[in-house]
Amino acid sequence: MFDAQEQERILHLPHEQIERIQLEGIKKTAVDIYEHVPFYKNLFDEAGFDPYGITSLDDMKDAPFTTKQDLRDNYPYGLFARPLEDCVEIHMSSGTTGIATVGGYTEHDLDFWGDCFGRGVLYGGGGKGDVMNVCYGYGLFTGGLGAHYGGQAAGCLTIPMSAGNTKRQIRVMREMGTTILCCTPSYAMHIADTALEMGVDPHKDFKLKFGIHGAEPMSDNFRRELEQKLDYKVLDVYGLTETMGPGVAIECWEQDGLHIAEDHFYAEIIDPETGKVLPDGEWGELVITTLDREATPVFRYRTRDITRIIPGECKCGRTHRRIARLHGRTDDMLILRGVNVFPSQIENVMETFPEVASWYQIELTTRNSLDYVTLKVEVNPDFDFDEVAEIEALQKRMRRKLKDALMIQVDVQLVEPKTIPRSEGKAKRVIDMRTGIRD
Amino acid sequence: MIDQITVFLENKRGRLADLCRTMADAGVNMRALSIAETSDYGVIRIIADDTEKARAALKAEGFAGSVAKVTAVELPNEPGSLARLLELLDQHGYDVHYGYCFSIGDGKAIDVLKIHRAEEAAEVIEEAGYRLL
Repeated sequence: MFDAQEQERILHLPHEQIERIQLEGIKKTAVDIYEHVPFYKNLFDEAGFDPYGITSLDDMKDAPFTTKQDLRDNYPYGLFARPLEDCVEIHMSSGTTGIATVGGYTEHDLDFWGDCFGRGVLYGGGGKGDVMNVCYGYGLFTGGLGAHYGGQAAGCLTIPMSAGNTKRQIRVMREMGTTILCCTPSYAMHIADTALEMGVDPHKDFKLKFGIHGAEPMSDNFRRELEQKLDYKVLDVYGLTETMGPGVAIECWEQDGLHIAEDHFYAEIIDPETGKVLPDGEWGELVITTLDREATPVFRYRTRDITRIIPGECKCGRTHRRIARLHGRTDDMLILRGVNVFPSQIENVMETFPEVASWYQIELTTRNSLDYVTLKVEVNPDFDFDEVAEIEALQKRMRRKLKDALMIQVDVQLVEPKTIPRSEGKAKRVIDMRTGIRD
Repeated sequence: MIDQITVFLENKRGRLADLCRTMADAGVNMRALSIAETSDYGVIRIIADDTEKARAALKAEGFAGSVAKVTAVELPNEPGSLARLLELLDQHGYDVHYGYCFSIGDGKAIDVLKIHRAEEAAEVIEEAGYRLL
C-alpha cells in the first residue's frame, strides 16, 4: 500500500542509509540472477565476476554490463528470474528496430512500480482528490499502465484516456475537472493547441495543477510554452521498459533534475566509449541495476540515455540523487559528415530564436556523396516580418549559429505554422533519407 | 500610410488558394495583392478593406503574418509618372525596399511603396503635390 508519509520518509533518508539499501539490493540481485538465470551465470563467469564477493558499491565497477541486445537474444522468457506462475504482467518495448524486449512483473514488481510513479504525484503536491488523465498509450508500452498504477497508488481518481481522439481528451479534461495530465510533452502541446483552436481557454476552462510528461526529450522553451498555454507546472519523468517503465526518476517541484528512485535502482554514469564510471556531474551514459525487481531484474543495464548525476542536494530536501533531463540517446546520436550531433543541440540553438516555434524536423539527404542536413522549422504565427530580405537574414543567422554549435553546415528551411506532423506518441524528429549508409 | 498584411506562405500547390479562400469566407475584399517568391516560400502582401478582420481570419486559420505600414501614392496613369516619383525619392535620399502598382480607372494609378524613413518621405511626396492615401 502506498503511504505518502512513508514514501516521504524513504525519500528523505540520509544517503548513507540509501547506499546500505542499495548494497543489500545489489548483493541479493546478483546472487539471485546468478543462480536462476543461465545468461547471467555465463556472463559473470566469463567476466570473472563473483556475485558472492560483493562487499561495497565500489565493486560494481568490475561487474559486466548488459545491453538491449542481450535482452533481445533472450526473448521471450530467457531473463526471467522467477517461474512464470509467479508473474502477473508483461510489457514489451516496440520491436520496430528488431525483436522486442520483454519486461516481466510479479505482484511485488507492480507494487513498487506504482510507488515509484506515485512519487511524481507527491512531487507535484497531489494525491487523494486529484483527477489524473493518463493519455499515454495503454498496452504493451509501459507509459499508459505505469502512470495508471502510479495515479491509483497515490490515491488519484485515474482516467485511462490512452492516446488519440484529442477533442475528446479536451472535453473530458474540462468536464471531469482534470488536475493532473500524464502524456508525452509533444502530445501535451498538441492538446494545448487543439484546445485553443476549439475556443477552450485552458486558464479558465481547465483545472490543471501539473503534468507528468516523459518518454521524449523536452527543451526548456518547450516546457515554458506548455506551462504558459495550459497554466500548470510540467514535471519530467524517466523510465524504460527494460528496467520497469516510467518512474525510475521523476522531477520534483524544483524542476532541477529528476530524483532517481534510489531505493529500487542503482544508477551509474559511464563513458560510453570506455565503459569507465564517471564522477558525479559528468555527462555520460546512464547504467541501471534493479535492486528488488523479481521477475526480470537487470544488472548494469546500459540504457543508451545520455545524462549526468547532478551533484549536491536538492532544494526540496529529498536525498535521492538526481539525474539531469536527458541530453539525448547514444542511438539518437547522428553522425553527420563524421561529426557527432544530438538533436538536442539543434533544439538548444533554435530556442534562441523567438521567430521560430519548437516544432522542427531534421532531414538528412545525400548530395555529392556527402550528408546534407536540412532543418525544417515552423515560423511562429506572430512572425513579424515584411520583407524577403528579413527572412533570408533570419535563415542566415540560424545557419551561422548552428554551424558554431555543431561544427557542420545545416540548411534552414522555414515552414508554415502547424505543418510539421504532430504525433500522439514520440515525436519523429529525424527523417533520414541518406543513400548508401546501410552497411 | 496604410496597413498592409504580410503573410508567409510555403511554396506549395494550393496554399495561395487556401489564403484567398480564407479571406473570401471572412468577407474580406482585397484591394491589392502582390507576391514575392523564392524557391521555398513566398511573401504575400495584401491591402484589405478591413485589416483587422483579415488579420483575425488569417490567424484563426494558422497563417503566419504581420501588419506593416506602407505608403500609397495616387499618380496619373500615364508614361513617366512612377519614374518621376521615384526620382523625387532618390533626389531626397530615400531608399525604397519594395513596391507594387495598379491602375484604378479614371486615369489614375496607385503605387504602394515601402520606403525607408517613411514618415519624412511622406512629407516630401505631399509637398511635391501628390495625394497620399
